[in-house]
Order: sequence, then structure tokens, then C-alpha cells
Amino acid sequence: MISDLDFWILTILLGIGTFLIRFSFLGVFGGKKMPEWALLHLRYVGVAVFPAIFTPLVVWPPATEGQIDPVRLTAALAALLVGLRVNVIFSIIAGMGTFYALRFIF
Amino acid sequence: MTELTARKAFWRGYLDCAPFILIVIPYSMLFGVVARDAGLDLFQTMSMTILVIAGAAQFTALALLQDNAPVFIALLTALAVNLRMAMYSAALVPHIGHARFSVRALMAYLMVDQAFAVCVKTYEERPDMQPAAKVAYYFGCMMLICPFWYSFTFVGAYVGQAIPASLSLDFALPICFIALTGPLLRSVPHYVAALVSGVAILCFAWVPWNLGIMVAATLAMISGAQTELYLRRRAAKGAA
Repeated sequence: MISDLDFWILTILLGIGTFLIRFSFLGVFGGKKMPEWALLHLRYVGVAVFPAIFTPLVVWPPATEGQIDPVRLTAALAALLVGLRVNVIFSIIAGMGTFYALRFIF
Repeated sequence: MTELTARKAFWRGYLDCAPFILIVIPYSMLFGVVARDAGLDLFQTMSMTILVIAGAAQFTALALLQDNAPVFIALLTALAVNLRMAMYSAALVPHIGHARFSVRALMAYLMVDQAFAVCVKTYEERPDMQPAAKVAYYFGCMMLICPFWYSFTFVGAYVGQAIPASLSLDFALPICFIALTGPLLRSVPHYVAALVSGVAILCFAWVPWNLGIMVAATLAMISGAQTELYLRRRAAKGAA
């Protein structure tokens, strides 16, 4: 059971903290120009962050207690390939579709 | 390419983000259900969703509280999950930093992974886009995601039925981030950055409090930038 006090302390501070993180650069820099070296690195934020989030979830899924699961690996690969070739929506469909189909078969 | 008015840009953003409803609906419902299972009431569940709007951090914080972790540990761990958004914030400055302070604050509150990925891709593909259109596009993206996130958290929390574990909705999260990554892989440096990120996070999985993500992302950004510089130097040499 989570105590009410713990919950509200956590939620309010997490809300404020998360906002400050999101606002950080937008708030401070605003319309000022950023240095060239920063812009160079910032072009890669998306491709630098997203694989760091999904890779462990694919390779060591919490649902299998970290055991490698060929079904999840295959489904992830399908989503990635379709995402590269086609677009976002088919990537999601291919990923989840492959996942459910393979699990149904095996 | 045709000139985008602010109004058109808004609706373009709205449509471009539409595919993510497929993920946002089950994921937000799952949060509602999990929150109720953890003993939160409807008001608490919705307060958390509205104050934080960051799914991964909300799940993390809740799981840690349930495990009786100290509040400040739960807080720091969840904030570390969100640190990536400081990078999004920086990456958005050249595009929407010109907006008024209050508008920037609202954009910050609404910042989520999907909208960030979709916006940055569009901004880079359309360098001719006017500043006002870029802001409108950003809000278009969020106007779709945000109401769905709130309302389906509510549905999940209200219905409160446990979603069968056999559906494995947990797998929707990595699929979502894979789907975000695919369209961003447009050049060799992007591939290098993504690869470094994936390998680095496995090497730095031991780093506590989810900070491995920041380590991996930093290494990946440097790799991408250095690859770009290398390719530029090589092209310059070839031309000379």
C-alpha cells in the first residue's frame, strides 16, 4: 500500500522536476543562437536516446525476467526494418503483428 | 514544396502524430490499471498523469513506491528517466526557441517522445518552414497525443480491470521507440549514433538509477557528430 503522503510528495516533486527538465534549454536559451558544435551534436539526440531505451527492453525483456526471447527479437527487427522502409504506422503494426503471430504459432 | 501556413502546419502535425494513438491508447490504459492496482484512487491517478505526463517515469515511480523504496529514491530514479528530455529541449531550441516565454513553458509541459521525434524529423526535412508554422506544428502533434493520454488513463483507472498479462502490452513500449527511430535513420552518422547507443546501453546497464541512458546517449551523440565531421573532411579532400 502506498501512503497518501508519500504519493503526493512524489507526484508534486516529480511534476515540478519533470517540467524543469523539459523547460531547461527552451527556457534559458529561448531565441538565442546556439554554438555550432552544440547544433552538430543535437542533430543526433533522437537516434542517440531511443535505442538506449528500447535495446534493453528487447534484449532483456522484463516480462521474461531478462531471458533472451527469439520472438521479441524477431518482432523488434520486423518493426525496425519496416520503419526504415515504410513509415511509423506500419512499423508499429509489423512489430506487434509479428510478435502476436509468432507467439500464437509457438 | 508548398508554403505551410500556421493553420495548415497545425493539422499536418496532428495527422503526422496520429499513428502513435495506436500505442498511446493501450499504454495509458495500462498506466490507469496499474495505478489502481497499486492502490491509488481515481483522483490520485489522474493527478499524476496530468502533473507529470511522462509514461515511463510514472511507471517507474509507481513501481518503486510499491516496492517500499524511499520516496526520494523513487523521485530521483523517475527524474533520471526523464533527463533525456533536457536533450530534446536543447534540440528544439533552434526551431521553436523564438516563441514567447509562456508559450515555451506550455511547449515544455507538453514535451513527449513521440512529438519530439515527429517534429524534429519534419523541421529537418523542411528547412523552409516558417518559425510560426513550426510552433503550430508542435502544438498539432501534442493536441493529438495529450487528450488521448489523459482520457485513456482515466478509462483504464475507471474500468480498473486488469489487462490480461497474455496480451504483453509491455512490448508496445519498445516497439513504439523502434518505430520512432526508423524514420530518423537518414544518413551514415545517424546509423552510427543509433548503433553506439544500443551497444553502449547494454555495456552501461549496471549504471544505477537509469543514468546509463544518459551515458549511452552522450556517447552516441558524440559518435554521430564525429562521423559527420569525418565524412565532411573526406568529401572536402575528395573535392580538392
